[in-house]
Amino acid sequence: MRAMRYLPAESPVWAVETVAGSPGAQFLAGGTNLVDHLKLGVTAPELLVDISRLPLDQVEQYDDGAGLRIGANVRNSDLAAHPLVRSRMPAVARALLSGASGQIRNQATTAGNLLQRTRCVYFQDVTTPCNKREPGSGCSALEGYGRYNAVLGASAACVTTHPSDLAVALAALDATVVVLGTEGERRVPFADLHRLPGDDPSVDTTLGDGELITSVEVPVSRASERSTYRKVRDRASFAFALVSVAAAVELDGPVVRDVRIAWGGVAHRPWRARLAEAALVGRELTEDAVRSAVDEELADAETTAQTAYKVPMLRNTTALTLTRLAEEETR
Amino acid sequence: MDAHISLTVDGTERSLDVDTRTTLLDALRERLAVTSPKKGCDHGQCGSCTVLLDGRRHLTCLTLAVAHDGAEVVTAAGLADDGLHPVQQAFLDHDGYQCGYCTPGQVCSAVGMLDEAKQGHPSHVTDDLVGDVDLDDDEIRERMSGNLCRCGAYPGILAAIREAATA
Repeated sequence: MRAMRYLPAESPVWAVETVAGSPGAQFLAGGTNLVDHLKLGVTAPELLVDISRLPLDQVEQYDDGAGLRIGANVRNSDLAAHPLVRSRMPAVARALLSGASGQIRNQATTAGNLLQRTRCVYFQDVTTPCNKREPGSGCSALEGYGRYNAVLGASAACVTTHPSDLAVALAALDATVVVLGTEGERRVPFADLHRLPGDDPSVDTTLGDGELITSVEVPVSRASERSTYRKVRDRASFAFALVSVAAAVELDGPVVRDVRIAWGGVAHRPWRARLAEAALVGRELTEDAVRSAVDEELADAETTAQTAYKVPMLRNTTALTLTRLAEEETR
Repeated sequence: MDAHISLTVDGTERSLDVDTRTTLLDALRERLAVTSPKKGCDHGQCGSCTVLLDGRRHLTCLTLAVAHDGAEVVTAAGLADDGLHPVQQAFLDHDGYQCGYCTPGQVCSAVGMLDEAKQGHPSHVTDDLVGDVDLDDDEIRERMSGNLCRCGAYPGILAAIREAATA
């Protein structure tokens, strides 16, 4: 590990001004991913600006209960346990609870969760080529171990997936990310936060130089209250998703009035399945309807022998998740 | 690059200069000779380095010491007061270990987990997110999934925690 300077942030503005313009500087929050990367040699910052003690740790209602504003430093465990998250947006609580372990959820923060980096084995192994870690070096996952690879939106440069569960739930619920930069604050629709790899997979998000996530706003709706998150993985706990589904639904009798579907484990960013949603709105929510809607979304999916399983897994998991939500709604 | 930090470790105040790269685990074990938390995987996957940091279970291997100046650390060794902590006693009574290497982490994790459950925190296997927590075996297994035991003493660990939960 390279020697580095450490500075506790005095304020959000101070943190942004200190990191902006300094390519060797990085923010440190819970550290569950970054400290591991320091050890592995995946990254070697000259300066860590510790934002973990900044007072960005509150969950509060905004606009008379229109939604919840979640501070960037709210710990994953605290967010999952928050009464309003559990009752008004269960997909968020379920996604958080399906991720990592109890200890890690106590450490990891809301913003850090969204900015965690891929768990592709080649990204984390500095002895192998990886375009995300070392641009231009090549992609080892194209021909190597590819069971966790993307099936949508990948490129010749990178075929990895985004590891966050929380991000998938927030994509489904149309969250907004509040970002502080040297020019002031801006608001980023969640769908615009993470990017596809294209020819530069070294960049995960659309955040600019020194920009700091200060909070995430999640609107409450009938659909958010009837939402959930289902994760399929190789073991029952403490594993990354093979595929995952965040879903929310509002029914009018048997007919879909509003539906949200986002997938994890399929792309370089959380994948909002808007084609599948459009195919379901105004129709009766049946298992067959969901299955054919999923197939519309997956028409452009590209699979290999190692990832072919993801297509039926997404079809089955999405159908199960949505039909169960519908049963709850009509019960 | 060195930094000066103070920690309260098992009730004793300790001050030291650490290189900014030092993990809390290495600061405890190598600098302060507090060897109760163990280095297993050193990557946050096994839980053997778990302590209670400011009252919550925490992985010291994924934590930079410099980021926790002023923190209160309680290790498994510090849980015992006049006699063993009830969770420690339950591990003894139910053979919740074989080689014992993961045990300090298991014990700290169990103490932190029982406190989370007492506060009503749900888990991945909780059916009703807004209902009360009933710490059945599935709940205990899920909540302890961050602590591995390569000897496979899980039946004893589960029995120990089940007893401690109902005590």
